[in-house]
Amino acid sequence: MDTIKVVLAGQPNVGKSMLINAMSGSNSLKVGNFSGVTVEKTEVTFHHDSHTLEMVDLPGTYSIRGFTQEEQVAHQYLLNEEYDVIINVLDSTHLQRNLLLTLELLKLNKKMVLALNMADEADKEGLEIDVTQIEAIIGVPTVLVSANSKEGIEDLLHKVHEVADSQERINSNIVYSDPVEEEILEISNLLEEKGFRLRDLTSREIAIRILFEDKDLYKELHEHPIMIELQPRIVASLKHIYTHHDTKNVNDIKANEYIAITRGIRMETVKSKIEDESKNSTQKIDAVLINKIFGIPIFLFLMWSLFQLTFKVGAIPMEYIDAGIGSFGDAVGSLISNPEFRSLVVDGIIAGVGAVLLFLPNIIILYIGIALLETTGYMSRVAFLLDGFFHKFGLHGKSFIPLVTGFGCSVPAYMSTRTLKSEKDRLITLFIIGFMSCGAKLPVYVLFIGVFFAPEEAGNMLFVIYIAGALLGLVMAKALRVFVFKGEDEPFVMEMPKYRLPSFSLIWHTVYNKALSYLKKAGTFILLASMLIWFASAYPKNISIIKKYEEKILLVESNSTLVVNLKNEQKLESLENSYLGQIGKFSQPLFEPLGFDWKMTVALETGLAAKEVVVSTLGVLYAIGDEVDETSSSLAKKLKDKISFASAMAFIVFVMIYLPCLAASMVFAKEAGGYRYLAYLFIFTTITAWIFSFITYRILL
Amino acid sequence: MKLLELEKHDKARILKIETDEALKGRLNSFGIARGSELTIEACSMGKQTIEILVDGTLIGLRGEEASKIEVERI
Repeated sequence: MDTIKVVLAGQPNVGKSMLINAMSGSNSLKVGNFSGVTVEKTEVTFHHDSHTLEMVDLPGTYSIRGFTQEEQVAHQYLLNEEYDVIINVLDSTHLQRNLLLTLELLKLNKKMVLALNMADEADKEGLEIDVTQIEAIIGVPTVLVSANSKEGIEDLLHKVHEVADSQERINSNIVYSDPVEEEILEISNLLEEKGFRLRDLTSREIAIRILFEDKDLYKELHEHPIMIELQPRIVASLKHIYTHHDTKNVNDIKANEYIAITRGIRMETVKSKIEDESKNSTQKIDAVLINKIFGIPIFLFLMWSLFQLTFKVGAIPMEYIDAGIGSFGDAVGSLISNPEFRSLVVDGIIAGVGAVLLFLPNIIILYIGIALLETTGYMSRVAFLLDGFFHKFGLHGKSFIPLVTGFGCSVPAYMSTRTLKSEKDRLITLFIIGFMSCGAKLPVYVLFIGVFFAPEEAGNMLFVIYIAGALLGLVMAKALRVFVFKGEDEPFVMEMPKYRLPSFSLIWHTVYNKALSYLKKAGTFILLASMLIWFASAYPKNISIIKKYEEKILLVESNSTLVVNLKNEQKLESLENSYLGQIGKFSQPLFEPLGFDWKMTVALETGLAAKEVVVSTLGVLYAIGDEVDETSSSLAKKLKDKISFASAMAFIVFVMIYLPCLAASMVFAKEAGGYRYLAYLFIFTTITAWIFSFITYRILL
Repeated sequence: MKLLELEKHDKARILKIETDEALKGRLNSFGIARGSELTIEACSMGKQTIEILVDGTLIGLRGEEASKIEVERI
């Protein structure tokens, strides 16, 4: 079976990833509606017509000379890697701008197919595209497709097979402006007369590269004697072109020629059935959403609503889940006779995993909100609105995208900083992403807010926590900009994508996958962690403590309340002498000034592995220290009894700021460029967390 | 006049882009070059950012960048 290696190239946000999903019939690639969803090359392999197709999804690039880090990936790949066919994906509704990249791709002299994506949208906008004419001008097989409605997908795959099998290359019929064409003719005539050949280039192609000062070509030409004769011709030709364009900057000339060509192609091949110049819906929506006065309040309102929903709607199924887990624990517990094993299952596994599962509804709502932000096109607008504000804090407007992604999970957030061009902007953004509380911190907040605030205030509190974290992040960004990463600002130039109604299936798949991975994590990592924590809290068994209490209990056997009290005391003393107790007691002095007991201290420490573990640790620890007679009290009730308001708030602040989970920390080190940055991050976040937590505790005490 | 001096709904043609080559290249790849026609679609508060429409594409620019683009009103 033959393998065809296909690489997808195109400008950002034209739907390359979605097209691969449509071609392979899977949903493996993440898609969104803003530039820079894909920041790494990803490969998908599938079978079609007795061929194996290896599809390489490249990050979108506006120009082949990449500007930002993720665009460089595309550039490097296209120039240096081995592949059979390029599918150049274009947005049918923005053909003119997209064709600029096509002109550059043509220069690679590779086998290529043009996929005019979003054909359904073009149709809706009343655009009629003459595919045969585009094929004739560009000289590359062209297909109208829609990754959304799946039209033309089969056709595209057949074209890929055809092109992969064909040997010859069709010449393009791209016409430059008259003066450039005249000079192309002059130079190519000279090349023909001399019978000069270079690689597989035609004389015309060589002439064009000479005129546009292609450095690589000049290097090659340099070794040929023909250069002597060419030189005066080139000088004269350039002079002619300079006069015509009124500039000596070849890049400017090239840009003007290319824009003129693409405009020409569009006018020849795209007919608009709707003639009037009235505003389209995107412009109408923009008039409201990025309104000078209402833009930012609308944004804040939307965020506020999201957190209200997260809390209020999430609370409804939570009650049932909580009750369900409680009775499940009791039921399972009554089936197990061995007390050691029962404690492991009920106090360890069920309490630990259950504490995490409880928050699944909240997580789902938050993820729906983020998915909506990512797929509607609103994300880039917020970057636009906030750039001025962000800029004052030494951040780039585009930083908003990784920061918002950070509300979901820090791992993709760290990776998406690659869309920032300046290294310093990237580093600052990387350092403050942790201040945007990720989804895994949500359970901690919901738990503590639920305990200490009335239900009608809870949503607002959640909003306040997130906003406070974000504002603190901004202040830290400013500090980093002033003291550590001094330097030039990166310009803000950003495409504002068209607003799109998110398809239900798209949101469903994104949220479903995230919820599934949350559950998987609860079933594997959290399960293991809960068992470990249980073990560390139940062992080593201290014989002397057991003996001491056995004797005491024997003495007061007749008085049942005294027995219960003694049993509780014994549990507490055993717990304090367990491995976990020892660790907690050892490090507690550090957290004493913040009002944390040793259990909270341990929860913070285990939380370094993953933030969900904070709640499961609290679940396990407070389940063991439970009063014997009070069998079914929930974790929330126990916290209310044992932790003061001030300590709880200080705890929230600490969790809000301190180091992200292990997985995220590793990605951070990779993206920032070394483990020493992780050490900086650890010091930076821990000290900040301690200070702010201390202030919170002292104020509220 | 500079792009920054235009008001919402104004239409203009670009005369000159006076930025460094890297940024100019980026603007070019968006279809913003000498001779391109644009419309101002929206401005954020204090013209910190400006949204322009060029050949059917909406682009957000910072005021600072807009002050480096020479235009004539049409």
